Amino acid sequence: MFDIQTQLYEGQDIRFGPIDHEKDAEIEAKWTHDSDFMRMMDTAPARPMSAALIKKQYEKLEKQIEESKNLYHFTVRAKTDDRLMGTAAVQRIEWTNGNAFLRLGIGAAEDRGKGYGTQALQMLLRFAFAELNLFRVSAMVPEYNETAIALLKKFGFTQEVCRRKALERDGRRWDFYVFGLLKDEWQDRARA
Amino acid sequence: MKDLFRGELIRFSLEEPEVRAQAEVRWQRDTEFNRLADSDPSQLTSEKKIKEWFEKQSETGPKADRYSFSVRTLKEDRYIGFLGLWVNLIHSEAWVGLGIGEREFWSKGYGSDMMRLCQQYVFAELGLQRLSLGLHEYNPRALRSYEKCGFHLEGRTRQDLMREGKRYDSLWMGILRDEWLQMQNGEHQ
Repeated sequence: MFDIQTQLYEGQDIRFGPIDHEKDAEIEAKWTHDSDFMRMMDTAPARPMSAALIKKQYEKLEKQIEESKNLYHFTVRAKTDDRLMGTAAVQRIEWTNGNAFLRLGIGAAEDRGKGYGTQALQMLLRFAFAELNLFRVSAMVPEYNETAIALLKKFGFTQEVCRRKALERDGRRWDFYVFGLLKDEWQDRARA
Repeated sequence: MKDLFRGELIRFSLEEPEVRAQAEVRWQRDTEFNRLADSDPSQLTSEKKIKEWFEKQSETGPKADRYSFSVRTLKEDRYIGFLGLWVNLIHSEAWVGLGIGEREFWSKGYGSDMMRLCQQYVFAELGLQRLSLGLHEYNPRALRSYEKCGFHLEGRTRQDLMREGKRYDSLWMGILRDEWLQMQNGEHQ
């Protein structure tokens, strides 16, 4: 199990860091040119973006973090060279109810399928439950994101809601799932 | 053509910011009303501030992704509540939130009438594919009303809410355009 000394932001191959305003925008801009990735990450229309636009988003995001107090955002970086690999966030936190939504993505195709997402989710859950002391976390996933669904199930998430035909893509309707994990369920697995 | 803004018991209007603020400042004092309507902690806000919120909404003009209605009874012409729609045009879906601030109009079919009028607006005027809503486990009256209006319970996020030291689920509901159309045809047969 974890203790006070166990680092929150250090994983096996990855670490959590803040945004690097100098270097990250160019890399994140490249990810947006991969429409498959963008459609997995977001239900807003995918659109290619420039580094200049991404930088604007960073400013907006940091302002939102400062003002709303209900959002924690991390960059996922390689331990070896600090290279940007993805992003992770705990968002829409309701402090009085102890709930929040998670968000996670590994941006470059060559970094996917190597277990970095698993490491990142493990760290994100520990942050949500052991640092923010949340009671439960949720994740919203379209039915076509099979990688995310498999990852959530691996961590013991339950599919709690099926919002039938809530999304429109490629000329057809898709279901939109909500997955949930309670603190107790996370703790039981961490102990086992 | 159907009257979009007139149901069996109520009609949709939009009251002026000062009228809405006067009502809200009273309704917000009813914490049961607040807890049924929202998952946020209850907060008392001045009439001036509430009026400013409504004025700010009017300043930007009507928006294609946001619809607000005030609700008046047909019989007494009393202003009793509100209904709001948040529209996602990309995915052809709307979310609805509603409340009846005047307690004497609870449990008498006014909410169901508001919801039926809202469904007609969403499917027959906005032309959307889906209408969604969320509610709390401790609001069985709303659950019954929405089921009566043809909504399907699509799941519950477990122990999502904490009220008075107890945990409750959040309930998620939805109705599809085809389901609504089928209901309309059924009534006419």
